[in-house]
Amino acid sequence: MLIIKNGMMYDPANKIDGETIDIYIENGKIVEQPANERNNNEDIIIDAKGMIVMPGGVDIHSHIAGAKVTKARVMCPDDHRKDVIRKTKISRSGTGYTVPTTFITGYRYAKLGYTFVAEAASPPIATRHTHEEFNDIPIIDKTAYILMGSNHFVLDNIKNNNFDGLKNYVGFLLNATKGYAIKIVNPGGVENWKWGKNVKGLDDVVINYGVSPREILQNLAKVRKELNLPHAIHVHCNNLGSPGNLRTTLETIDAVKGEPIHITHIQFNSYAGENWGSFASGASEISDKINSSNNVTVDVGQVIFGNATTMTADGPWQHTVYKLSHQNKWVNIDVEMETGSGIVPYIFKENTAVNAIQWAIGLELFLLVKDPFRICLTTDHPNAGLFYYYPMVVEWLMSKKKRDEMLNKINPKAKEKTTLANIEREYTLQEIATITRAATARIMGLKNKGHIGTGADADISIYKFDENNIVKSFSSAKYVIKDGRVVVKDGEITGTHFGRTYYVKTKGEANDEIKETFEKFYSISFENYAVEDVYVPRKEVTECCKESITNQ
Amino acid sequence: MEIKNVVCPFCGCLCDDITVKVEDNEIKAVKNGCGICITKFIKHHVNAVQSPMLKKEKTDENFVNVSMDEAIEKTGEILKNAKYPLIFGLSTTECEAQGKALELAELTGATIDQLPSVCHGPSIMALQSVGQITATLGEVKNRADMVIFWGCNPIEAHPRHFNRYSGTTAGMWSDRNKRYIVTIDVRETHTAKKSDKFIKISPGKDYELISIIRAAIKGQKIPDNVEEMMGVNKDDIENLINKMKGAKYGVVFYGMGMTQSFGKELNTDGAISLVKELNEWTKFSINPMLGHYNVAGAVHVWGWQSGYPFSINFSLQYPRYNPGEFSATQILARKECDAALIIATDPVAHLPNEAARHLAEIPVITIDPKFSLTALISDVVIPCATAGIEAEGTAYRMDGIPLRLKRVVRSEFLSDREILERLIEKIKEK
Repeated sequence: MLIIKNGMMYDPANKIDGETIDIYIENGKIVEQPANERNNNEDIIIDAKGMIVMPGGVDIHSHIAGAKVTKARVMCPDDHRKDVIRKTKISRSGTGYTVPTTFITGYRYAKLGYTFVAEAASPPIATRHTHEEFNDIPIIDKTAYILMGSNHFVLDNIKNNNFDGLKNYVGFLLNATKGYAIKIVNPGGVENWKWGKNVKGLDDVVINYGVSPREILQNLAKVRKELNLPHAIHVHCNNLGSPGNLRTTLETIDAVKGEPIHITHIQFNSYAGENWGSFASGASEISDKINSSNNVTVDVGQVIFGNATTMTADGPWQHTVYKLSHQNKWVNIDVEMETGSGIVPYIFKENTAVNAIQWAIGLELFLLVKDPFRICLTTDHPNAGLFYYYPMVVEWLMSKKKRDEMLNKINPKAKEKTTLANIEREYTLQEIATITRAATARIMGLKNKGHIGTGADADISIYKFDENNIVKSFSSAKYVIKDGRVVVKDGEITGTHFGRTYYVKTKGEANDEIKETFEKFYSISFENYAVEDVYVPRKEVTECCKESITNQ
Repeated sequence: MEIKNVVCPFCGCLCDDITVKVEDNEIKAVKNGCGICITKFIKHHVNAVQSPMLKKEKTDENFVNVSMDEAIEKTGEILKNAKYPLIFGLSTTECEAQGKALELAELTGATIDQLPSVCHGPSIMALQSVGQITATLGEVKNRADMVIFWGCNPIEAHPRHFNRYSGTTAGMWSDRNKRYIVTIDVRETHTAKKSDKFIKISPGKDYELISIIRAAIKGQKIPDNVEEMMGVNKDDIENLINKMKGAKYGVVFYGMGMTQSFGKELNTDGAISLVKELNEWTKFSINPMLGHYNVAGAVHVWGWQSGYPFSINFSLQYPRYNPGEFSATQILARKECDAALIIATDPVAHLPNEAARHLAEIPVITIDPKFSLTALISDVVIPCATAGIEAEGTAYRMDGIPLRLKRVVRSEFLSDREILERLIEKIKEK
């Protein structure tokens, strides 16, 4: 048994707020306190006196594995030279900086106290690749969201008003790819980009299909409900990044008519103004909407100043970023029948007005959304910032003083075009534990993550907290426990543990129609499409439809 | 027994509709494949290495057959004693072996390199300087109404590419009738003959032609003496530009005629930049015609494990990348490495003479299912199960699509991955 004693526990899901409670761990799970006093020499006891104890971090949206991530790695040798990591007796070597290699991704998440990370955008046909990389990411648990917002079968079924066909296809696709959730990126716009165009709003149409982004969102939200998937549709809205896009975001929320929707990196979709000159914050309108609609959850995509590598399935937006950024490198990949992707290196600069305003908008959203169970900490790694800077975000949220220091340092437009300077709120540790753990796990429907109740996975992070140095406190955990094993001690990797891959099993299988279309228009055989079991050696499967289990 | 939808482990097309007929663990027939594919399957056992072998002394003429344990022991010893080992090859094996080879390189402080050094390296170096605008092969089939083959000859080098993906194939919104096909090459190849337009360019003038097109698209005048400069007449260039701008979905495929002719990565750099600029007018993509079936696999696996695609050095215990400094050909030619582990390639046959000559002077281990010139000069030869025929694994197509290689017959030998795992264990225990 592993026992963590005397720690101050922050477990928002179980409403434990800084109480001193001992934790008992056996076989990788949290167990009840034994009835009798234990006196077993084999017990490992961690004395967490003076330390804070939280569930292992759960990241709801990050780009850590798959085709575009590795394309970005290969494309930027210049980026890696700044950040090299030697091998040790137990850990592998690798490189950073903005897009760390797989081994380093696992180690660095673990050192922060994170134990579960969702890869936010996997093209179905390349998801075998995503799983291959998962198997080279040590320690943490992983899962993949599957891109569907511009998929041929999705568009075609909607065009033909064939909802049952759509539902069956989505179920088939999640099963075939071993994915976890429906990801929608710039619905319809990614397909139009294959002809060099985009969509401008929810009622624009997709070329050759005649369906609208609104219909895509509504139908997939309904499919999500009927398939009983654990996570809501995970949406990267239309018009991301553009001035004035807050209207599109509000319309997107209205479009799903009360069905659960998770809007990701919403900072990039909370902009007022008509053009780059009048660019301003729309955080008040957006947070009002979130506060008044109980079907909406969001993650922020907080900007961190410095180097980033932008990568998304939103090809048309990436073309714009390429032209705006004056970078020499631009990657675009059109993926047959399904989706696309674009990659552009980018630098967020403190003295650039738009970047400074973007930074402030992210924090406004965190501070204006009232219920921390509805908002999650992300930087859309490595798009708006790198995940290893999460502790900086925590500091800005917990300390008005610290964020004012930054606000006073950056382009003054940030004060002028946002309300950040007037917001007094400071996050408590309990609220930090919520937006990094309890909320993310709950929103993703992960029952055994994000809390420390009996039966939960024994994924725990322990920090020495110093309120005068919040960044340092959270940058390297004192201890991290994954599945009941100590994997980090004093900020160093101590064990070569491997986590699991999470995916759903639901109703839906390929019928003759799907197979026939597939053989005609894909460039691979249908039989070689589904990801084989060999790619998920350590897995955790969420069964979604009870009916489908009894059928087998 | 008929095994269907087998992936062909020969070229970068990774055709995955091959049917292989097997009886008594022998391949009897192959359907759907091109001539190269059929030969690869039917003759996979010809000239095979029958047992692990080693030479007691480098100067010995004959090998002696040994057990696998002895071969692994001797290999471990060589790698352990080497100050600067080289691991080379791996473009024609599965991803899992490529990953294990990188781990072995990390453990031994080796330099590891694969074939792009001598073929499509310039494509990747261009990616690193300007990016890449590309599409999967199914997009080409479904959408492309203009295809340009530049310095490549798929009809002969990637025999099914033209029919399956890029030429005569019919997709969702395009087919041969809607597709305008241009070949730009120094001679009239079979691909040129099947194209709607052949543009003959003087050897080594790719960069000039690309630059003229880029300038013309930006409104510059095409010089009147252009034909003298590069062998292409002005009308052909003007027509080409009009067709490019007028296409709804254009695609350029390029081969070693571009990457290995004068200018190398500057040619690919220019071609990709041209395609980027064409995206101001319409939709255009550009794809390299990768030769060996899993070059892309090593680029991916080493990319996600180390951040780098080839020419990677571990002598400082972390990965460093520098083509030239850490390219196998140069390391050998400069006589820097003092041992070499060769996996699934034949550098003595393929690399320049001065590189090959150094291999004869240092301890060499070859892991290969077949005898090769390199095997003949090796100290240790370890036979393996051929990936994609006798062993499963993953491979990446030229456009980055990952596919599962199948095992159609059994081998008495371990796969490359398993051999490398044993070597890693051996090095760790020493």
